[in-house]
Amino acid sequence: MTRLSSYRDFDWVLLGFVALLSLISVFEIKSATLHTKFHGFDQKQIGFLAVGLVLMFLISLIDYHRLLDITPYAYGVSIVALIAVKLVGQKVLGARRWINLGGGVHFQPSEWVKLVLILAVARYFWNLAGRDPNNPSLTWPDIGKSFALVGIPMALVLIQPDLGTTLTYFPLLLIGLFLGGIRIKQAAIILLALVMVGGIAYKSGKRLKPYQQARINAFLNPDSDPKGSGYQIRQSLIAVGSGGIWGKGTNRGTQTQGDFLPIPYTDFIFAAFCEEHGFVGALGVLLLYFLILMRLIQNAQTASDIPGTFIIMGVVAIIVFQIAVNIGMVVGLMPVTGIPLPLMSYGGSSILFTFLALGIVMNIRMRRFVN
Amino acid sequence: MESVPESAGSNGRNEKLSPGKLHAAQYIVAAILVALIGGLWRLQVLGADNYRVLAEANRIRKVPVLAPRGRLFDREGRLLVDNYPSVTCYLLREQLHDKSTELNADLTLIAQGLHLTVEQIQATLRRYQLAPKYQPIPLKQDITPDEQAFIEAHRNELPELETHDEQRRLYPRDGFAAHLIGYVGEVSEQMLNNNSRYAFYSPGDVVGQSGVEQTYDSLLRGKDGSRDVIVNSHGKEIGHLGQTLAVAGQDLKLTIDLDIQMAAEKALEGKIGAIVAMDPHTGEILALASRPTFDPNQFAVRLTRSYWNGILANPDHPLLNKAIQAQLAPGSTFKIIMSVAGLQEGVAQTMHIPCNHGATFYGHYFACDKNHGMVDINTAIPWSCDTFYYTLANRLGIDTIAKYATSLGISQKTGVDLPDEVSGTMPSTAWKLKAQHEKWYAGEVISVGIGQGATTVTPLQLARALGGIASGGVLRRPHVVFTDELPPDQVTAIHETFPGSGDSSIPLASENWQIITDAMAATTTSGTAAAVHLEGIDFAGKTGTAQVVNHSAGATSLGKGNERANAWFVGMAPRRNPDIVVAVLVEHGGWGGTASAPLGAHVIEAFVEKQRKRDNNLRIATTPQPTQSPPVKEIPKETAKAEPTVSSVSGTN
Repeated sequence: MTRLSSYRDFDWVLLGFVALLSLISVFEIKSATLHTKFHGFDQKQIGFLAVGLVLMFLISLIDYHRLLDITPYAYGVSIVALIAVKLVGQKVLGARRWINLGGGVHFQPSEWVKLVLILAVARYFWNLAGRDPNNPSLTWPDIGKSFALVGIPMALVLIQPDLGTTLTYFPLLLIGLFLGGIRIKQAAIILLALVMVGGIAYKSGKRLKPYQQARINAFLNPDSDPKGSGYQIRQSLIAVGSGGIWGKGTNRGTQTQGDFLPIPYTDFIFAAFCEEHGFVGALGVLLLYFLILMRLIQNAQTASDIPGTFIIMGVVAIIVFQIAVNIGMVVGLMPVTGIPLPLMSYGGSSILFTFLALGIVMNIRMRRFVN
Repeated sequence: MESVPESAGSNGRNEKLSPGKLHAAQYIVAAILVALIGGLWRLQVLGADNYRVLAEANRIRKVPVLAPRGRLFDREGRLLVDNYPSVTCYLLREQLHDKSTELNADLTLIAQGLHLTVEQIQATLRRYQLAPKYQPIPLKQDITPDEQAFIEAHRNELPELETHDEQRRLYPRDGFAAHLIGYVGEVSEQMLNNNSRYAFYSPGDVVGQSGVEQTYDSLLRGKDGSRDVIVNSHGKEIGHLGQTLAVAGQDLKLTIDLDIQMAAEKALEGKIGAIVAMDPHTGEILALASRPTFDPNQFAVRLTRSYWNGILANPDHPLLNKAIQAQLAPGSTFKIIMSVAGLQEGVAQTMHIPCNHGATFYGHYFACDKNHGMVDINTAIPWSCDTFYYTLANRLGIDTIAKYATSLGISQKTGVDLPDEVSGTMPSTAWKLKAQHEKWYAGEVISVGIGQGATTVTPLQLARALGGIASGGVLRRPHVVFTDELPPDQVTAIHETFPGSGDSSIPLASENWQIITDAMAATTTSGTAAAVHLEGIDFAGKTGTAQVVNHSAGATSLGKGNERANAWFVGMAPRRNPDIVVAVLVEHGGWGGTASAPLGAHVIEAFVEKQRKRDNNLRIATTPQPTQSPPVKEIPKETAKAEPTVSSVSGTN
């Protein structure tokens, strides 16, 4: 009954944009891995996309209010999972991010926690906004609790260590505070406090791991470390710049094919794309992202209730953040981080997270007329 | 319905947020994208020409500077394993992309100069088709000087050829000490993924794959250096960024003595089995040989498929180091351990058993291969009387025997610093319940008494155990590298990687010690090893003949072919606190006294002669008066020598 009729409300337009972007990504991954030992990653990506699509449809079937109901439990389970990873996770290159479930199956909790956190933030601010929907405001205790809500998982991921993923939780807090009605004065105070804490931590040099410190140094002065992360930034700039306006052509990017662009199928996939398809191609992809994001925000506006809006904006926040950080890194505006470009970078966790998030968005959109 | 938050005053579900905030969000998103477009504009429109130039000029290549691998020496500093410089000829395809048609014309010339066929080169090219274009293709390894001269002379016509100096391992010929030394090879993808030991290795790294090369790989490999060079798109070096110096691998001194090793290898020629010689005072291994063997030099260069298949198909397992990986029933050599148990328990001293070709226990008849008459502990060992030990086993019971055996290291690894050691088995009531889920039947202890049944040992375990018994109950951890040459954290790491019995001691009353050691000395004068008596050397030992197939009790035949009994011998000199203990295993060799004892004697002779030749060492073997024992009545069927009485007379000094 409700299920069948609401498939009309499924956002086919959005799905169309997403599918187009995914297709571009598969071709670019194929090009980036053509002569390397990662041959065949494009097919794996297709596999991830297929699973992602299925999951997206499945999760759109469950009323999102039910998801909100179980969110407190899901949050608890997430905390446990994050603690478990630190205790029993597999140590790879000095970081514990995965739990080995046996049979070659690996589970990276930090990606799934993002989903739970979107719901948790939405639920928390929904409770607050319910007090006075037309003029939402936050008291300092409210702000403090929201910091704790997001901060605890952030801290648990940070000690894995995984700075990149930790940072992706941050925009959830920002959007929650923004939509929840934080005042400019309150925001300014918090910003000042963060800058001070950040400055102290940076100066003492104790908080950042050596490679993270090196990345920031390399960002500020790429030539100081021509072989390390400075190398990555330098190669990325050369790849992007030498693409010019029209690009060098599919599979003909010399920096990508010549193996000079590091990790071209995940972190630097946009650089590979720019080298091969130029400024025009890059504009095209950015346009697609723009359309997707606008579409998402539109869905947020037409959502039937406050939590729906919050959830969709949470998804928007994370996606925008990842795009900004990744492409910013590729063009030299931001330091190197390990954050993937949504829908373009190779990687199961990222794809699955994105499609599940989109599924929830579909979910909300499909129920916008339901009372 | 269900999920209204309690704090909401009105029906909160239908309220929405003010649209102003969402509009603001849209503008923020747009602003971010515009900023990104700005960044792209700067690079791709404004800076395009600049970056294109950089792209052309910018190819950084890491040229590795190989670290020479540590060499291996024997205990006297004689070189066993070295590296030799080897030159490999590479083909650079980058040089070719302008003249792809000309490559085929060049192939004939290249084939001629490198003594290859055109088909071989083409096959190699096909194999590397998918690799990045700038990666050099190895055409031929170990090129000769005239081939090198050819490449030099044709630098203009054949710019696509290049040579690289590499270091290759040079092992002794004919598989000399191959199992001990091991070999190196490229680390496999499996090893990289599954073994945390290789966390810092990369594909293509050469690592030790067995023996000392594997155990001490981290010390031997040193650290490669590298030179970072900038090459342009034609491969020409136009600058360099820096270099890291290579750190040479550490040379290692092995505990083995080349002379003793040669004696052992020569003795084992043509047989299947193992010899291990050890110094019981320190645990230093003086020789370790296993047959059949393989040629590790074949592994150091590209291994040919036929050689590898040949090794795999060989039913005698040439890659197995039989000294530490063969676990077989020890046969009568176990009687020494039985004797320790019997004497320490106070049971064996008073035993006087009539041996009438065997005896009956629990309704079964157990045979002894001779009628020894009245036997006591002093004669049971040299004559290797089964009846005595059947009786002793019956009186002690399996768990007492197991207690003494495990304290002597049976069924445990010795902790030697070589990979893949096995632990063998020692049956007991607990063991049987766990391994076979059955109760121990009392009658099963009888065959254990003579070293059959479920008991299995390795030659190294036997050497350590019996050497330790002869040293008054002090047992040492066998090792092949001197520990005082290693950094202390390395020593601890080795001990953790190779757990085992290590250094230990057992209580052994001095009169029991004397009885056993004198009886073992009698074995080589009037007992089962009398045929290999060594004039002027205080030589003690024990033979063992372990049946492979369980003949019915009463059969004394040795079996044929692969069912022929395994021949053991453990020898030492002098009898107390020996300087050397040798364990010999000849698989399917028949009688221990015939097949294995001569090999053991040969090694001990070599050792003692060398000792005597040393200038500072003026030791003269002191042989105390052996206790009186009646002469052996019958000659073992397969001895080549004539009267045993002749040797027993000349045996007593």
